[in-house]
Amino acid sequence: MAEKLDLNLIRKDFPILDQQVNGSPLVYFDNAATTQKPHVVIDALHRYYTQDNANIHRGLHTLAERATTGYELTRTKLKDFLHAPSTDQIIFTSGTTAGINLVAQTYGRANFRAGDVILVSNLEHHSNIVPWQMIAEETGAAVQVIPVDELGVLDMVAYQSLLTNRVKLVAVNHVSNAIGTINPIKQMIDMAHRAGAKILIDGAQSVAHFDIDVQDLGMDFFVFSAHKLFGPTGVGVLYGKRELLESMPPYQGGGEMIKEVSFSGTTYNELPYKFEAGTPNIADVYAFGFALDYLASLPQNAVWEQEKALLDYATEQLSQIDGLRIVGQAPEKIAVVSFVIDGVHPQDIGVLLDKFGVAIRTGHHCAQPLMARYDLVGTCRASFAFYNTKEEIDLFVKALKRCLMMLS
Amino acid sequence: MSTINHTQDELIEEFGLFEDWADKYEYLIDLGKKLLPMSESFKTEENVIKGCQSKVWLHAEKQGDLVVFQADSEAIIVKGMISMLIRVLSNHTPEEIMKADLYFIDQIGMSQHLAQTRSNGLVAMVKQMKNYALAFNALS
Repeated sequence: MAEKLDLNLIRKDFPILDQQVNGSPLVYFDNAATTQKPHVVIDALHRYYTQDNANIHRGLHTLAERATTGYELTRTKLKDFLHAPSTDQIIFTSGTTAGINLVAQTYGRANFRAGDVILVSNLEHHSNIVPWQMIAEETGAAVQVIPVDELGVLDMVAYQSLLTNRVKLVAVNHVSNAIGTINPIKQMIDMAHRAGAKILIDGAQSVAHFDIDVQDLGMDFFVFSAHKLFGPTGVGVLYGKRELLESMPPYQGGGEMIKEVSFSGTTYNELPYKFEAGTPNIADVYAFGFALDYLASLPQNAVWEQEKALLDYATEQLSQIDGLRIVGQAPEKIAVVSFVIDGVHPQDIGVLLDKFGVAIRTGHHCAQPLMARYDLVGTCRASFAFYNTKEEIDLFVKALKRCLMMLS
Repeated sequence: MSTINHTQDELIEEFGLFEDWADKYEYLIDLGKKLLPMSESFKTEENVIKGCQSKVWLHAEKQGDLVVFQADSEAIIVKGMISMLIRVLSNHTPEEIMKADLYFIDQIGMSQHLAQTRSNGLVAMVKQMKNYALAFNALS
Protein backbone atom coordinates (compact mmCIF):
# COMPACT_ATOMS: atom_id res chain seq x y z
CA MET A 1 0.00 0.00 0.00
CA ALA A 2 1.52 3.26 -1.12
CA GLU A 3 1.80 6.16 1.28
CA LYS A 4 -1.14 8.58 1.14
CA LEU A 5 -1.09 12.31 1.74
CA ASP A 6 -2.56 13.49 5.01
CA LEU A 7 -4.64 16.28 3.51
CA ASN A 8 -5.66 17.73 6.86
CA LEU A 9 -2.02 18.28 7.68
CA ILE A 10 -1.06 19.43 4.20
CA ARG A 11 -3.85 22.00 4.04
CA LYS A 12 -2.57 23.50 7.28
CA ASP A 13 0.70 24.21 5.46
CA PHE A 14 -1.17 26.58 3.12
CA PRO A 15 -2.73 29.27 5.31
CA ILE A 16 -4.64 30.97 2.47
CA LEU A 17 -6.85 27.92 1.94
CA ASP A 18 -8.55 28.33 5.29
CA GLN A 19 -10.90 31.24 4.59
CA GLN A 20 -14.43 32.16 3.62
CA VAL A 21 -15.06 33.87 0.29
CA ASN A 22 -18.42 35.53 -0.23
CA GLY A 23 -19.73 33.63 2.79
CA SER A 24 -18.62 30.16 1.67
CA PRO A 25 -15.44 28.17 2.29
CA LEU A 26 -12.88 28.99 -0.41
CA VAL A 27 -12.51 26.31 -3.06
CA TYR A 28 -9.36 27.21 -4.98
CA PHE A 29 -9.31 25.50 -8.37
CA ASP A 30 -7.15 27.98 -10.27
CA ASN A 31 -3.82 26.30 -9.64
CA ALA A 32 -2.78 26.38 -13.29
CA ALA A 33 -2.83 30.19 -13.04
CA THR A 34 -0.87 30.25 -9.82
CA THR A 35 -0.40 27.89 -6.91
CA GLN A 36 -0.73 28.84 -3.25
CA LYS A 37 2.33 29.14 -1.01
CA PRO A 38 3.21 27.02 2.00
CA HIS A 39 4.08 28.61 5.36
CA VAL A 40 7.78 27.90 4.86
CA VAL A 41 7.85 30.16 1.78
CA ILE A 42 5.91 32.97 3.46
CA ASP A 43 8.10 32.70 6.56
CA ALA A 44 11.26 32.78 4.44
CA LEU A 45 10.16 36.04 2.82
CA HIS A 46 9.50 37.56 6.22
CA ARG A 47 12.81 36.29 7.60
CA TYR A 48 14.75 37.59 4.64
CA TYR A 49 13.41 41.12 5.03
CA THR A 50 13.61 41.15 8.82
CA GLN A 51 17.11 39.66 9.11
CA ASP A 52 19.11 39.25 5.92
CA ASN A 53 18.22 41.87 3.32
CA ALA A 54 21.22 43.25 1.41
CA ASN A 55 22.35 43.48 -2.18
CA ILE A 56 24.18 40.40 -3.34
CA HIS A 57 27.54 39.36 -4.79
CA ARG A 58 29.60 42.52 -4.28
CA GLY A 59 29.08 43.56 -0.66
CA LEU A 60 31.71 42.50 1.83
CA HIS A 61 29.58 42.82 4.91
CA THR A 62 27.79 40.08 6.79
CA LEU A 63 24.30 40.79 5.51
CA ALA A 64 25.53 40.81 1.90
CA GLU A 65 27.19 37.49 2.56
CA ARG A 66 24.00 36.01 4.01
CA ALA A 67 21.81 37.33 1.19
CA THR A 68 24.25 36.04 -1.45
CA THR A 69 24.44 32.62 0.18
CA GLY A 70 20.65 32.40 0.38
CA TYR A 71 20.20 33.44 -3.25
CA GLU A 72 22.84 31.05 -4.56
CA LEU A 73 21.54 28.21 -2.41
CA THR A 74 18.30 28.28 -4.39
CA ARG A 75 20.34 27.94 -7.59
CA THR A 76 21.98 24.85 -6.15
CA LYS A 77 18.61 23.43 -5.14
CA LEU A 78 17.35 24.05 -8.69
CA LYS A 79 20.33 22.26 -10.16
CA ASP A 80 19.29 19.21 -8.12
CA PHE A 81 15.58 19.72 -8.87
CA LEU A 82 16.22 19.71 -12.64
CA HIS A 83 19.12 17.22 -12.51
CA ALA A 84 21.17 19.84 -14.35
CA PRO A 85 24.91 19.32 -14.77
CA SER A 86 25.89 22.63 -13.16
CA THR A 87 24.56 25.72 -11.41
CA ASP A 88 26.02 27.86 -14.22
CA GLN A 89 23.20 26.70 -16.45
CA ILE A 90 20.47 27.86 -14.06
CA ILE A 91 19.55 31.44 -14.92
CA PHE A 92 17.09 33.42 -12.86
CA THR A 93 14.50 35.43 -14.78
CA SER A 94 11.24 37.07 -13.76
CA GLY A 95 9.13 34.20 -15.10
CA THR A 96 8.46 31.82 -17.98
CA THR A 97 7.60 34.67 -20.34
CA ALA A 98 10.88 36.44 -19.58
CA GLY A 99 12.83 33.21 -20.17
CA ILE A 100 11.25 32.67 -23.59
CA ASN A 101 11.87 36.29 -24.57
CA LEU A 102 15.48 35.97 -23.45
CA VAL A 103 16.06 32.96 -25.71
CA ALA A 104 14.19 34.59 -28.62
CA GLN A 105 16.11 37.86 -28.35
CA THR A 106 19.56 36.34 -27.86
CA TYR A 107 19.72 32.87 -29.40
CA GLY A 108 17.05 33.78 -31.95
CA ARG A 109 18.58 37.06 -33.03
CA ALA A 110 22.03 35.51 -33.38
CA ASN A 111 20.88 32.42 -35.27
CA PHE A 112 17.64 32.98 -37.20
CA ARG A 113 17.91 34.08 -40.83
CA ALA A 114 15.41 34.76 -43.60
CA GLY A 115 13.84 31.49 -44.68
CA ASP A 116 14.41 29.76 -41.33
CA VAL A 117 11.49 28.21 -39.50
CA ILE A 118 10.49 28.35 -35.84
CA LEU A 119 8.02 25.59 -35.00
CA VAL A 120 5.45 26.10 -32.27
CA SER A 121 2.32 24.07 -31.55
CA ASN A 122 -1.37 24.92 -31.65
CA LEU A 123 -1.49 24.24 -27.89
CA GLU A 124 0.81 27.12 -26.91
CA HIS A 125 0.19 29.93 -24.47
CA HIS A 126 0.58 33.36 -26.09
CA SER A 127 3.90 33.76 -24.30
CA ASN A 128 5.31 30.89 -26.37
CA ILE A 129 3.95 32.35 -29.60
CA VAL A 130 4.36 36.13 -29.55
CA PRO A 131 8.11 36.28 -28.69
CA TRP A 132 8.77 34.02 -31.70
CA GLN A 133 6.55 36.11 -33.97
CA MET A 134 8.46 39.21 -32.88
CA ILE A 135 11.90 37.76 -33.60
CA ALA A 136 10.61 36.14 -36.80
CA GLU A 137 9.50 39.52 -38.05
CA GLU A 138 12.91 41.00 -37.30
CA THR A 139 14.95 38.21 -38.84
CA GLY A 140 12.75 37.13 -41.74
CA ALA A 141 12.18 33.68 -40.23
CA ALA A 142 8.70 32.13 -40.32
CA VAL A 143 6.61 30.66 -37.49
CA GLN A 144 4.90 27.39 -38.36
CA VAL A 145 2.42 25.43 -36.30
CA ILE A 146 2.18 21.78 -35.25
CA PRO A 147 -1.55 20.96 -35.45
CA VAL A 148 -3.63 19.51 -32.63
CA ASP A 149 -6.47 16.99 -33.03
CA GLU A 150 -10.04 17.00 -31.67
CA LEU A 151 -8.97 15.40 -28.39
CA GLY A 152 -6.17 17.89 -27.80
CA VAL A 153 -3.28 15.67 -28.87
CA LEU A 154 -0.48 17.01 -31.07
CA ASP A 155 -0.22 15.43 -34.51
CA MET A 156 3.17 13.68 -34.45
CA VAL A 157 3.01 12.75 -38.13
CA ALA A 158 2.51 16.38 -39.05
CA TYR A 159 5.30 17.33 -36.63
CA GLN A 160 7.68 14.95 -38.40
CA SER A 161 6.81 16.36 -41.80
CA LEU A 162 7.15 19.96 -40.55
CA LEU A 163 10.66 19.18 -39.28
CA THR A 164 12.50 20.16 -42.45
CA ASN A 165 16.10 21.28 -42.48
CA ARG A 166 14.83 24.89 -42.41
CA VAL A 167 13.64 24.47 -38.81
CA LYS A 168 16.07 26.20 -36.45
CA LEU A 169 14.10 25.88 -33.26
CA VAL A 170 11.05 24.08 -31.90
CA ALA A 171 9.22 25.75 -29.00
CA VAL A 172 6.51 23.68 -27.35
CA ASN A 173 4.96 23.38 -23.94
CA HIS A 174 5.35 20.24 -21.87
CA VAL A 175 1.75 20.57 -20.73
CA SER A 176 -1.06 22.68 -22.23
CA ASN A 177 -2.23 25.35 -19.80
CA ALA A 178 -5.70 25.55 -21.35
CA ILE A 179 -6.66 21.88 -21.62
CA GLY A 180 -4.02 19.91 -19.71
CA THR A 181 -2.58 17.74 -22.50
CA ILE A 182 0.81 16.23 -21.61
CA ASN A 183 2.95 16.35 -24.73
CA PRO A 184 5.42 13.52 -25.48
CA ILE A 185 8.41 15.80 -25.06
CA LYS A 186 11.07 13.10 -24.90
CA GLN A 187 10.01 11.96 -28.35
CA MET A 188 9.62 15.53 -29.60
CA ILE A 189 13.10 16.47 -28.37
CA ASP A 190 14.66 13.46 -30.08
CA MET A 191 12.81 14.19 -33.32
CA ALA A 192 13.91 17.85 -33.27
CA HIS A 193 17.52 16.88 -32.71
CA ARG A 194 17.49 14.28 -35.47
CA ALA A 195 16.27 17.03 -37.78
CA GLY A 196 19.11 19.30 -36.64
CA ALA A 197 16.86 21.73 -34.77
CA LYS A 198 17.18 23.06 -31.23
CA ILE A 199 14.21 22.76 -28.89
CA LEU A 200 12.84 24.88 -26.06
CA ILE A 201 10.37 23.31 -23.64
CA ASP A 202 7.96 25.59 -21.77
CA GLY A 203 7.61 23.82 -18.44
CA ALA A 204 5.30 26.37 -16.78
CA GLN A 205 2.51 23.83 -16.39
CA SER A 206 4.59 20.71 -15.87
CA VAL A 207 7.09 21.45 -13.10
CA ALA A 208 4.44 21.19 -10.40
CA HIS A 209 3.44 17.73 -11.59
CA PHE A 210 6.49 15.85 -12.84
CA ASP A 211 10.04 15.03 -12.00
CA ILE A 212 12.08 16.83 -14.67
CA ASP A 213 15.50 15.49 -15.63
CA VAL A 214 16.91 17.91 -18.19
CA GLN A 215 19.89 15.69 -18.96
CA ASP A 216 17.82 12.60 -19.56
CA LEU A 217 15.25 14.52 -21.63
CA GLY A 218 17.96 16.43 -23.46
CA MET A 219 16.11 19.63 -24.34
CA ASP A 220 18.25 22.65 -25.27
CA PHE A 221 16.25 25.11 -23.17
CA PHE A 222 13.75 24.64 -20.36
CA VAL A 223 11.79 27.52 -18.82
CA PHE A 224 9.33 27.78 -15.95
CA SER A 225 7.97 30.06 -13.21
CA ALA A 226 8.37 29.71 -9.45
CA HIS A 227 4.82 30.86 -8.70
CA LYS A 228 3.29 27.84 -10.39
CA LEU A 229 5.52 25.66 -8.23
CA PHE A 230 4.31 26.90 -4.82
CA GLY A 231 6.97 29.63 -4.80
CA PRO A 232 6.71 33.44 -5.00
CA THR A 233 5.68 35.46 -8.03
CA GLY A 234 8.33 37.30 -10.02
CA VAL A 235 10.87 34.48 -10.27
CA GLY A 236 11.48 32.30 -13.28
CA VAL A 237 14.14 29.84 -14.31
CA LEU A 238 15.87 29.34 -17.62
CA TYR A 239 17.97 26.20 -18.00
CA GLY A 240 20.07 25.88 -21.13
CA LYS A 241 22.80 23.66 -22.53
CA ARG A 242 26.15 25.14 -21.67
CA GLU A 243 27.53 25.53 -25.20
CA LEU A 244 24.38 27.35 -26.28
CA LEU A 245 24.28 29.68 -23.28
CA GLU A 246 27.95 30.46 -23.73
CA SER A 247 27.57 31.23 -27.42
CA MET A 248 24.54 33.47 -26.90
CA PRO A 249 25.07 37.24 -26.65
CA PRO A 250 23.93 38.88 -23.40
CA TYR A 251 20.31 40.00 -23.17
CA GLN A 252 20.11 43.13 -21.05
CA GLY A 253 23.12 45.28 -20.22
CA GLY A 254 23.86 46.70 -16.80
CA GLY A 255 25.45 45.80 -13.50
CA GLU A 256 26.20 42.21 -12.49
CA MET A 257 26.44 40.95 -16.09
CA ILE A 258 29.84 42.58 -16.78
CA LYS A 259 33.43 41.60 -16.13
CA GLU A 260 35.07 44.95 -16.90
CA VAL A 261 33.59 48.15 -18.21
CA SER A 262 35.45 50.94 -19.97
CA PHE A 263 34.42 53.39 -22.66
CA SER A 264 36.61 51.57 -25.12
CA GLY A 265 34.72 48.33 -24.54
CA THR A 266 33.14 46.02 -22.03
CA THR A 267 33.70 42.37 -21.31
CA TYR A 268 30.90 40.23 -20.02
CA ASN A 269 30.62 38.11 -16.93
CA GLU A 270 30.56 34.32 -16.93
CA LEU A 271 27.44 32.17 -16.83
CA PRO A 272 24.96 32.48 -15.26
CA TYR A 273 25.57 36.15 -14.39
CA LYS A 274 25.93 37.16 -18.03
CA PHE A 275 22.13 36.91 -18.22
CA GLU A 276 21.29 38.41 -14.83
CA ALA A 277 21.78 42.14 -15.32
CA GLY A 278 20.78 44.39 -12.44
CA THR A 279 19.76 43.58 -8.89
CA PRO A 280 17.71 40.40 -9.11
CA ASN A 281 14.62 39.43 -7.14
CA ILE A 282 16.74 38.25 -4.20
CA ALA A 283 14.01 37.79 -1.59
CA ASP A 284 11.72 35.76 -3.82
CA VAL A 285 14.54 33.62 -5.19
CA TYR A 286 15.60 32.89 -1.62
CA ALA A 287 12.05 32.00 -0.56
CA PHE A 288 11.58 29.86 -3.68
CA GLY A 289 14.27 27.55 -2.34
CA PHE A 290 11.96 26.71 0.55
CA ALA A 291 9.17 25.77 -1.85
CA LEU A 292 11.56 23.28 -3.46
CA ASP A 293 12.47 21.87 -0.03
CA TYR A 294 8.80 21.59 0.84
CA LEU A 295 8.04 19.67 -2.34
CA ALA A 296 11.01 17.39 -1.76
CA SER A 297 9.64 16.58 1.70
CA LEU A 298 6.37 15.22 0.25
CA PRO A 299 6.06 11.61 -0.92
CA GLN A 300 6.12 12.21 -4.68
CA ASN A 301 4.08 9.17 -5.62
CA ALA A 302 1.35 10.12 -3.19
CA VAL A 303 1.22 13.62 -4.71
CA TRP A 304 0.74 12.14 -8.18
CA GLU A 305 -1.87 9.70 -6.90
CA GLN A 306 -3.80 12.52 -5.28
CA GLU A 307 -3.76 14.66 -8.44
CA LYS A 308 -4.80 11.70 -10.56
CA ALA A 309 -7.65 10.90 -8.17
CA LEU A 310 -8.85 14.52 -8.33
CA LEU A 311 -8.73 14.54 -12.14
CA ASP A 312 -10.63 11.27 -12.44
CA TYR A 313 -13.24 12.25 -9.87
CA ALA A 314 -13.82 15.73 -11.35
CA THR A 315 -14.04 14.30 -14.88
CA GLU A 316 -16.57 11.71 -13.74
CA GLN A 317 -18.70 14.19 -11.78
CA LEU A 318 -18.68 16.90 -14.45
CA SER A 319 -19.49 14.43 -17.23
CA GLN A 320 -22.84 13.77 -15.56
CA ILE A 321 -24.00 17.35 -16.08
CA ASP A 322 -26.36 17.75 -19.04
CA GLY A 323 -24.92 19.79 -21.89
CA LEU A 324 -21.42 19.86 -20.41
CA ARG A 325 -18.57 18.98 -22.73
CA ILE A 326 -14.98 18.53 -21.61
CA VAL A 327 -12.57 20.29 -23.97
CA GLY A 328 -9.30 18.39 -24.16
CA GLN A 329 -9.64 14.65 -23.70
CA ALA A 330 -6.09 13.59 -24.36
CA PRO A 331 -5.26 10.21 -22.81
CA GLU A 332 -2.33 11.85 -21.00
CA LYS A 333 -3.47 14.86 -18.98
CA ILE A 334 -2.52 16.68 -15.83
CA ALA A 335 -5.18 17.55 -13.25
CA VAL A 336 -6.94 20.17 -15.36
CA VAL A 337 -10.53 20.00 -16.59
CA SER A 338 -11.53 22.54 -19.22
CA PHE A 339 -15.20 22.51 -20.15
CA VAL A 340 -18.03 24.32 -21.92
CA ILE A 341 -21.76 24.09 -21.35
CA ASP A 342 -24.36 24.40 -24.13
CA GLY A 343 -25.91 27.84 -24.32
CA VAL A 344 -23.94 29.28 -21.40
CA HIS A 345 -21.10 31.79 -21.66
CA PRO A 346 -18.08 30.76 -19.54
CA GLN A 347 -17.87 34.24 -18.01
CA ASP A 348 -21.33 33.88 -16.45
CA ILE A 349 -20.25 30.63 -14.80
CA GLY A 350 -17.05 32.21 -13.50
CA VAL A 351 -18.89 35.18 -11.99
CA LEU A 352 -21.52 33.04 -10.27
CA LEU A 353 -19.12 30.36 -9.01
CA ASP A 354 -17.11 33.10 -7.33
CA LYS A 355 -20.24 34.01 -5.38
CA PHE A 356 -20.21 30.43 -4.07
CA GLY A 357 -16.56 30.80 -3.04
CA VAL A 358 -15.29 28.70 -5.94
CA ALA A 359 -12.31 30.07 -7.86
CA ILE A 360 -11.89 28.72 -11.38
CA ARG A 361 -10.59 30.41 -14.51
CA THR A 362 -12.79 31.30 -17.47
CA GLY A 363 -11.87 32.74 -20.84
CA HIS A 364 -9.35 31.96 -23.53
CA HIS A 365 -6.51 31.15 -21.10
CA CYS A 366 -4.06 33.20 -23.21
CA ALA A 367 -4.38 30.51 -25.86
CA GLN A 368 -6.58 32.17 -28.48
CA PRO A 369 -5.24 30.06 -31.38
CA LEU A 370 -6.30 26.93 -29.48
CA MET A 371 -9.76 28.37 -28.76
CA ALA A 372 -10.05 29.25 -32.47
CA ARG A 373 -9.08 25.66 -33.35
CA TYR A 374 -12.12 24.42 -31.40
CA ASP A 375 -14.29 27.37 -32.44
CA LEU A 376 -14.81 28.48 -28.84
CA VAL A 377 -14.82 31.94 -27.25
CA GLY A 378 -13.37 30.37 -24.14
CA THR A 379 -13.80 27.60 -21.61
CA CYS A 380 -14.21 27.15 -17.87
CA ARG A 381 -11.08 25.61 -16.40
CA ALA A 382 -10.78 23.92 -13.04
CA SER A 383 -7.16 23.09 -12.22
CA PHE A 384 -6.14 21.12 -9.17
CA ALA A 385 -3.18 20.84 -6.85
CA PHE A 386 -2.36 18.08 -4.37
CA TYR A 387 -3.85 20.13 -1.51
CA ASN A 388 -7.31 20.01 -3.09
CA THR A 389 -9.86 17.44 -1.96
CA LYS A 390 -12.73 15.41 -3.35
CA GLU A 391 -15.02 17.24 -0.92
CA GLU A 392 -14.05 20.47 -2.67
CA ILE A 393 -14.96 18.93 -6.01
CA ASP A 394 -18.36 18.06 -4.52
CA LEU A 395 -18.82 21.69 -3.42
CA PHE A 396 -17.74 22.89 -6.87
CA VAL A 397 -20.11 20.56 -8.73
CA LYS A 398 -23.00 21.44 -6.43
CA ALA A 399 -22.32 25.16 -6.92
CA LEU A 400 -22.01 24.68 -10.68
CA LYS A 401 -25.43 22.98 -10.79
CA ARG A 402 -26.96 25.89 -8.87
CA CYS A 403 -25.33 28.37 -11.27
CA LEU A 404 -26.83 26.52 -14.21
CA MET A 405 -30.27 26.63 -12.58
CA MET A 406 -29.90 30.36 -12.08
CA LEU A 407 -28.84 30.85 -15.68
CA SER A 408 -31.50 28.60 -17.22
CA MET B 1 -39.79 61.41 -18.57
CA SER B 2 -38.04 60.32 -15.46
CA THR B 3 -34.64 61.79 -14.65
CA ILE B 4 -31.44 59.74 -14.68
CA ASN B 5 -31.23 59.86 -10.91
CA HIS B 6 -34.87 58.91 -10.52
CA THR B 7 -34.27 55.76 -12.56
CA GLN B 8 -31.16 54.99 -10.53
CA ASP B 9 -33.16 55.31 -7.31
CA GLU B 10 -35.82 52.98 -8.73
CA LEU B 11 -33.18 50.35 -9.43
CA ILE B 12 -31.73 50.73 -5.94
CA GLU B 13 -35.20 50.19 -4.52
CA GLU B 14 -35.85 47.14 -6.72
CA PHE B 15 -32.56 45.53 -5.67
CA GLY B 16 -33.25 46.47 -2.06
CA LEU B 17 -36.06 43.92 -2.04
CA PHE B 18 -33.60 41.04 -2.23
CA GLU B 19 -31.84 39.78 0.82
CA ASP B 20 -29.29 37.42 -0.58
CA TRP B 21 -26.95 37.65 -3.51
CA ALA B 22 -28.53 34.75 -5.38
CA ASP B 23 -31.87 36.56 -5.61
CA LYS B 24 -30.13 39.72 -6.80
CA TYR B 25 -28.30 37.79 -9.46
CA GLU B 26 -31.41 35.95 -10.57
CA TYR B 27 -33.04 39.34 -11.04
CA LEU B 28 -29.99 40.62 -12.93
CA ILE B 29 -30.00 37.52 -15.16
CA ASP B 30 -33.71 38.08 -15.74
CA LEU B 31 -33.04 41.68 -16.79
CA GLY B 32 -30.40 40.34 -19.16
CA LYS B 33 -32.85 37.94 -20.74
CA LYS B 34 -35.43 40.67 -21.16
CA LEU B 35 -33.00 43.13 -22.75
CA LEU B 36 -34.58 44.33 -26.00
CA PRO B 37 -32.83 42.58 -28.85
CA MET B 38 -30.34 44.69 -30.76
CA SER B 39 -30.84 44.95 -34.50
CA GLU B 40 -28.43 42.50 -36.13
CA SER B 41 -27.46 45.28 -38.55
CA PHE B 42 -25.90 47.17 -35.61
CA LYS B 43 -23.79 44.20 -34.51
CA THR B 44 -20.87 45.36 -36.59
CA GLU B 45 -17.15 45.23 -35.97
CA GLU B 46 -17.24 49.02 -35.48
CA ASN B 47 -19.73 48.71 -32.65
CA VAL B 48 -17.82 46.03 -30.76
CA ILE B 49 -16.23 46.76 -27.40
CA LYS B 50 -13.85 43.91 -26.72
CA GLY B 51 -13.46 42.65 -23.20
CA CYS B 52 -10.94 39.97 -22.41
CA GLN B 53 -13.66 37.34 -22.00
CA SER B 54 -16.81 38.62 -23.66
CA LYS B 55 -17.83 41.15 -26.28
CA VAL B 56 -20.25 44.04 -25.96
CA TRP B 57 -21.92 45.72 -28.94
CA LEU B 58 -23.09 49.30 -28.51
CA HIS B 59 -25.02 51.47 -30.95
CA ALA B 60 -26.20 55.05 -30.34
CA GLU B 61 -28.40 57.36 -32.34
CA LYS B 62 -30.05 60.71 -31.84
CA GLN B 63 -33.87 60.75 -31.89
CA GLY B 64 -34.92 64.37 -31.66
CA ASP B 65 -33.06 65.83 -28.71
CA LEU B 66 -32.47 62.48 -27.07
CA VAL B 67 -29.78 59.84 -27.38
CA VAL B 68 -31.05 56.29 -27.75
CA PHE B 69 -28.78 53.34 -27.04
CA GLN B 70 -29.00 49.71 -28.14
CA ALA B 71 -26.55 47.14 -26.85
CA ASP B 72 -25.94 43.43 -26.51
CA SER B 73 -23.39 41.00 -25.10
CA GLU B 74 -22.52 37.31 -25.33
CA ALA B 75 -22.70 36.90 -21.54
CA ILE B 76 -26.02 37.10 -19.72
CA ILE B 77 -24.80 38.85 -16.55
CA VAL B 78 -23.17 41.53 -18.69
CA LYS B 79 -26.50 41.80 -20.56
CA GLY B 80 -28.22 42.41 -17.24
CA MET B 81 -25.81 45.23 -16.51
CA ILE B 82 -26.33 46.61 -20.02
CA SER B 83 -30.08 46.50 -19.54
CA MET B 84 -29.77 48.70 -16.43
CA LEU B 85 -27.32 51.09 -18.08
CA ILE B 86 -29.68 51.55 -21.01
CA ARG B 87 -32.65 52.03 -18.71
CA VAL B 88 -30.71 54.74 -16.85
CA LEU B 89 -28.98 56.53 -19.72
CA SER B 90 -31.04 55.98 -22.88
CA ASN B 91 -33.61 58.59 -23.95
CA HIS B 92 -31.81 61.47 -22.30
CA THR B 93 -30.14 64.53 -23.74
CA PRO B 94 -26.41 64.42 -24.43
CA GLU B 95 -25.84 66.90 -21.65
CA GLU B 96 -27.70 64.81 -19.07
CA ILE B 97 -25.76 61.71 -20.10
CA MET B 98 -22.41 63.49 -19.94
CA LYS B 99 -23.13 64.72 -16.43
CA ALA B 100 -24.57 61.45 -15.11
CA ASP B 101 -22.99 60.03 -11.97
CA LEU B 102 -23.77 56.32 -12.00
CA TYR B 103 -24.03 55.77 -8.26
CA PHE B 104 -26.59 52.96 -8.49
CA ILE B 105 -24.03 50.34 -9.55
CA ASP B 106 -22.17 50.60 -6.28
CA GLN B 107 -25.35 50.83 -4.23
CA ILE B 108 -26.89 47.65 -5.63
CA GLY B 109 -23.60 45.83 -5.00
CA MET B 110 -22.62 45.28 -8.64
CA SER B 111 -19.48 47.40 -8.77
CA GLN B 112 -17.31 44.32 -9.22
CA HIS B 113 -18.59 44.07 -12.79
CA LEU B 114 -17.13 47.46 -13.53
CA ALA B 115 -13.94 46.74 -11.63
CA GLN B 116 -13.02 43.71 -13.73
CA THR B 117 -11.86 46.07 -16.39
CA ARG B 118 -10.30 43.57 -18.70
CA SER B 119 -12.88 40.84 -18.52
CA ASN B 120 -16.18 42.18 -19.77
CA GLY B 121 -15.92 45.51 -21.55
CA LEU B 122 -18.48 47.24 -19.31
CA VAL B 123 -16.16 50.03 -18.19
CA ALA B 124 -15.33 50.74 -21.80
CA MET B 125 -19.04 50.63 -22.61
CA VAL B 126 -19.94 53.29 -20.04
CA LYS B 127 -17.08 55.41 -21.35
CA GLN B 128 -18.29 54.91 -24.89
CA MET B 129 -21.88 55.90 -23.95
CA LYS B 130 -20.52 59.16 -22.56
CA ASN B 131 -18.32 59.64 -25.63
CA TYR B 132 -21.38 59.32 -27.87
CA ALA B 133 -23.16 61.93 -25.74
CA LEU B 134 -20.14 64.19 -26.04
CA ALA B 135 -20.06 63.78 -29.82
CA PHE B 136 -23.80 64.38 -30.22
CA ASN B 137 -23.50 67.43 -27.99
CA ALA B 138 -20.71 68.84 -30.13
CA LEU B 139 -22.81 68.32 -33.27
CA SER B 140 -25.95 69.98 -31.93
